Amino acid sequence: MTTLLEPRRSAVGSLDTSFTIAGRDFRSRLMVGTGKYASNDVMVRAIEASGAEIVTVAVRRVNLDRTQEEGILHHLDPSRIFLLANTAGCYSADDAVRYARLARAAGFNEWVKLEVIGDKETLLPDTVGLLEATRILAAEGFKVMAYSNDDLVTALRLQDSGAVAVMPLASPIGSGLGLLNEFSIRTIKHRLSVPVVVDAGVGTASDACLTMEQGVDGILMNTALASASDPVRMAAAMRSAVDAGRLAYLAGRMPRREVAVPSSPTEGLIE
Amino acid sequence: MPNALPPTIFPAMSDITVDSTTITPVVNGEARSIRAGSTMGDLLRTLALDPQLVVVEHNRTILRDRAQYDALRLATGDTIEIVHFVGGG
Repeated sequence: MTTLLEPRRSAVGSLDTSFTIAGRDFRSRLMVGTGKYASNDVMVRAIEASGAEIVTVAVRRVNLDRTQEEGILHHLDPSRIFLLANTAGCYSADDAVRYARLARAAGFNEWVKLEVIGDKETLLPDTVGLLEATRILAAEGFKVMAYSNDDLVTALRLQDSGAVAVMPLASPIGSGLGLLNEFSIRTIKHRLSVPVVVDAGVGTASDACLTMEQGVDGILMNTALASASDPVRMAAAMRSAVDAGRLAYLAGRMPRREVAVPSSPTEGLIE
Repeated sequence: MPNALPPTIFPAMSDITVDSTTITPVVNGEARSIRAGSTMGDLLRTLALDPQLVVVEHNRTILRDRAQYDALRLATGDTIEIVHFVGGG
């Protein structure tokens, strides 16, 4: 059995502010999924390299014809990571609520990454079902992190419905297209009081950096690591990229100017 | 092929064993025969599943207290879902 080592402190350290969702402090702004890895060993090493604390899992039927089949908990130690169950694969509020309740009954926490999908081809969210499920689950005491499209009004309604975090997409799940609408993500972050965690669509380190530079609180990714040629290296790259983007955002970038301004003195040039 | 028989969809009545010593709850979508009088705990043991690593739903009710498993007798037609965590984003 492979287990995770205690993640190292982020290099960002005291230069960053704390990352808090629903009153709970987390040590990493990078969250990772556990799907689609070539092997559990690679997955465990990639999670370790990412430094992620929040790790997502899905709820599925046990395959009874393969009773020796190992669930993900044979590889992840819930005392070292924060398990975040998702409702991936749900196409109605009722299904998502059922999956969330099953996940909570596993006994780890009352958090859920809520997905209510509306379209099989794009996996874009069904915002009506998402809002309904958010209201139901929040009333039952769930801490709902709601996977959403990059629409401000939906994000506001999710917050009003009791979501503890809103998770707009950068681009469709598994697409690796990167951040398609910087303006939308910035606007959502600017207007919401709950944390904004971009979920889905990040493809490589520059995507993660650019996303964090918009000021969002964190990023959740899965395929960008699992489908990289070397998931462990990509996880390390993403960790650096999230830190870099976060620091660049906090540092405040210089204004853009469409003329050159010399960096060296224009005085004292030899004649 | 005029002599070919149509494929058998339903078993002939004579092929069905009526056995009062077994029950057939539907577990994860498939009917499974187990000994009459079996409890949920017995079913999980038969399937070699660690109760700590799965969550069980019985007739759409989630069994949140694992201590209930050995007290819950199963019946033919019960619908049981046994789920666990798998890799996902």
